[in-house]
Amino acid sequence: MEIPYTDKPRPDTGLYNAKLGIWLFLASEIMLFGGLFSAYILLRVNAAEGVWPAVKLAWPHGLLNIPIGTFNTAVLITSSVTVVLAWASLKMNNFARFRMFMVITVFCALSFLGIKSYEYNEKFTHYELRLNDGKAYTGHLIVNGEHPGFWDFSKVYNLEQLKAKTNVTSIKFTADPEKAEGHGHGEAGAHEHKELDLKTDQIAHLDAFLPRNHTFFAIYFTITALHGLHVLGGALVLAYFAFPGAKLWKTHPEQFTNRIEVGGLFWHFVDLVWIFLFPVVYLL
Amino acid sequence: MSATHTSTLPQHGQGHSHSHDAHDHHEPNFWHKYVFSTDHKVIGVQYAMSALSFLFFGFLLMLCMRYQISHPGEAIPIVGSLMERVLGEAASGGKMSADLYNSFGAMHGNIMVFLAIVPLVFAAFGNYVVPLQIGAIDMAFPRVNMASYHCYWMGGVTWFTGFFLPGGAAKSGWTSYSPLATVAEFGHSFNGQTALLVGLVLLITSSLLGSANFIATVVQLRAHGMSWMRLPFFVWAQFVTAFLLLLAFPPLEAAGILQLMDNVFHTSFFLPTGLVVGGSQLPVSGGGSPLLWQHLFWFLGHPEVYVLVLPAFGIVAEVIANNTRKPLWGYKSMVYSVIAIGFLSFIVWAHHMYLTGMGTKISTFFQTTTMMISIPSVIILTALFISLWGGSIRFTVPMLFAVAFLPMFGIGGLTGLPLGFNASDIYLHDSYYVIGHFHYVVAPGTMFALFAGVYFWFPKATGRMMNEFLGKVHFWGSLVCMNMVFAPMFVQGFKGMSRRMSDGGAIYFGKDVAYGADPGVLKLNNMILASALLLFVFQLPFIFNFFWSIWNGRKVTSDNPWDATTLDWATPTPPPHGNFLKEPIVYRGPYEYSVPGASRDFTPQDQKDPKG
Ligand code: HEM
Ligand SMILES: [Cu+2]
Repeated sequence: MEIPYTDKPRPDTGLYNAKLGIWLFLASEIMLFGGLFSAYILLRVNAAEGVWPAVKLAWPHGLLNIPIGTFNTAVLITSSVTVVLAWASLKMNNFARFRMFMVITVFCALSFLGIKSYEYNEKFTHYELRLNDGKAYTGHLIVNGEHPGFWDFSKVYNLEQLKAKTNVTSIKFTADPEKAEGHGHGEAGAHEHKELDLKTDQIAHLDAFLPRNHTFFAIYFTITALHGLHVLGGALVLAYFAFPGAKLWKTHPEQFTNRIEVGGLFWHFVDLVWIFLFPVVYLL
Repeated sequence: MSATHTSTLPQHGQGHSHSHDAHDHHEPNFWHKYVFSTDHKVIGVQYAMSALSFLFFGFLLMLCMRYQISHPGEAIPIVGSLMERVLGEAASGGKMSADLYNSFGAMHGNIMVFLAIVPLVFAAFGNYVVPLQIGAIDMAFPRVNMASYHCYWMGGVTWFTGFFLPGGAAKSGWTSYSPLATVAEFGHSFNGQTALLVGLVLLITSSLLGSANFIATVVQLRAHGMSWMRLPFFVWAQFVTAFLLLLAFPPLEAAGILQLMDNVFHTSFFLPTGLVVGGSQLPVSGGGSPLLWQHLFWFLGHPEVYVLVLPAFGIVAEVIANNTRKPLWGYKSMVYSVIAIGFLSFIVWAHHMYLTGMGTKISTFFQTTTMMISIPSVIILTALFISLWGGSIRFTVPMLFAVAFLPMFGIGGLTGLPLGFNASDIYLHDSYYVIGHFHYVVAPGTMFALFAGVYFWFPKATGRMMNEFLGKVHFWGSLVCMNMVFAPMFVQGFKGMSRRMSDGGAIYFGKDVAYGADPGVLKLNNMILASALLLFVFQLPFIFNFFWSIWNGRKVTSDNPWDATTLDWATPTPPPHGNFLKEPIVYRGPYEYSVPGASRDFTPQDQKDPKG
């Protein structure tokens, strides 16, 4: 008594069960990310002018690190290629090559996550600052000679926390050079880093680039984190297939190859989401 | 899946000392048999028992609320003191605070929709019956099926923790409208709403695993000869429902994640700029959109109401064909209609939002699609009515419930039309009329179909019939009481009574404050309460009957006690693990009743020769 079509396709549908299953799962995932992308569109279309004072735009722009993002895109695309090669190696009965390509795939996935967390850290230590006199900047904060960091969350400040948690009454702030298209409030013509010495009571608003700071960051962090979870989940499953799960290759090679195909389909989907995500949040 | 292998099945049921070859067998201890089972029938029963308990609990919540609104400011007898002991402050003196009333209301709605009706009508009946009806040995992914149930269960538990979190359980309606849902308990990140959202993510995961599994099963595991147009209508209804769940739920998951971010990390996805709460501006960035929540919510919300009702159509169709002893009238148009409903239900959602100021053009669009979707619904209902025509009807208990479903759902659907026109909805929106509308669809509608299904398939699952007399008491009592509970709500709604008042409207209609409204509508609250209590009493015969019959009901004398045609009745009773003794082969459509020239008045789908 076994469930039919776990390895061979059913003649009239041309699919084995798991392949249909993964396509259905992906359909649902498309609706999930579709919902989030629609949210992005609606928030952006509705964003009011001047809500993001530092660059006087309705929607913060150009704050993400494009070279790193591009590199990460390349990393993911590479992994998509290697996952296909891994599957093809199984089809050609070459288990060693399969394992090699799978290891590369998982390595790419982990690199992607590593790079992403570097980027996250960059944002969590980057600040938006507004002064009582209306001037606004983005830049880095120095409190007591230290840059508050992401890994020590207790030192990511907003204004209230800064006042409450530290006994300092003045800070240093390294303002970013003004972007050509930024039309910032900052002093005209400032094209390089500028050190500001500020008393805390000159400050009207101070917050790191955290989700709570602006709906742009909110949606950016939410979608990329959810995508990151998918990458992590995918990497774990693929790693499982490459090592402990590979036992199945000896007993049911056909079913094992199917599993790799299904895993690969999921991996392509994760890649595809990123390919939409990258231009939408980094470039547009 | 060889026939020789499956033929040893009956012994498998009773301790299997023989089969050494069956590597997938170990001693089934309690855990394996009842908790970690991958058998679709066990999972179906697990869903049924859990969901029926939730149904009962949801009903109790509502009874408390009904008592409180017809006796504002008075302690609730019996349960009041218990509530105070469990929930403390919020129920001090045995009275519900307004916040607690809101919690109960929100939890009643959520529990009924997500933990009771959908799991019953889709997961329980679908799991038990669909594989049997298509002639499969199990679902396509049995372990995924088990995971689906476990996620469901964890989701339910997570929700219940909400009652004990600061501020109590979620209290912003089953629709969790933002910004209310975020600001209601802004001081605590881990409040009832957070528990609700986390639970929702688990429930959506469960529904995703379940629905993908259903679709794969129907597509891949149909028996030989079971072509698409030979599928019982029930299977079609479940199949379309699975697509609704698969595709409509994820946007709600997206919305839930965003609201979770709003609640826990203080983002502003749904919080507009300059939101003032309790006199001071909320310390958030703003820039979000409350309307976005509503769009994402109702994008699920409307398909969800069809999730509630399509499987009910399926159950009713099976029961009616079986008890009229004639084929369903217009089987094919019913199938096409159910598919059409599936598609259309994705483009009507904003008829829940006419009053939000989303714009008249958008309203007009959704008004049009809403009218369009009523057409296939009416086709199905009409086909079922016509199916009754000229049949020699057996008024068994399942049939009573199925027949009553038709006019009750009819009332629900017809009262939806004035809500679908945006001119009339602007008056009726958020009044008791809306409550009346959807309860007619779900309570005497879907729930009657559920009862029909329980009485109908009970002998297959247990080998015993439920008691007929108690069943009839249950039926007539429920029919009368349901109508006495919900019909007055239309009147209250017409008179402008809001659906969300913890004092039942006293503040608007009471003797101190008169807005020219008719205080008579308040009296209806008392009648509704009395009927609801009576409705409770009439569920007792059902509960007793259900458990009593498991052990003491009349034993069935055949595997097919209702003389039905579909494959679910071609299995042993109760069906063993693996379902069929030999691989079923299908020769004909699902409803070959009273075929001229056949030897009996029914010809099962797996019978080759009608004269045989
Ligand atoms: C086919 C005809 C139907 C039409 C035209 C219709 C129309 C509507 C409309 C316009 C509303 C929004 C009312 C308002 O909030 O002002 C509504 C509410 C509702 N309908 Fe229907 N409906 C129909 C059938 C159904 C069915 C079949 C179900 C479920 C099984 C259902 C369940 C609901 C629910 C649950 C609500 C209330 C949601 C809430 O605000 O809490 N309806 N209906
Ligand atoms: Cu609707």
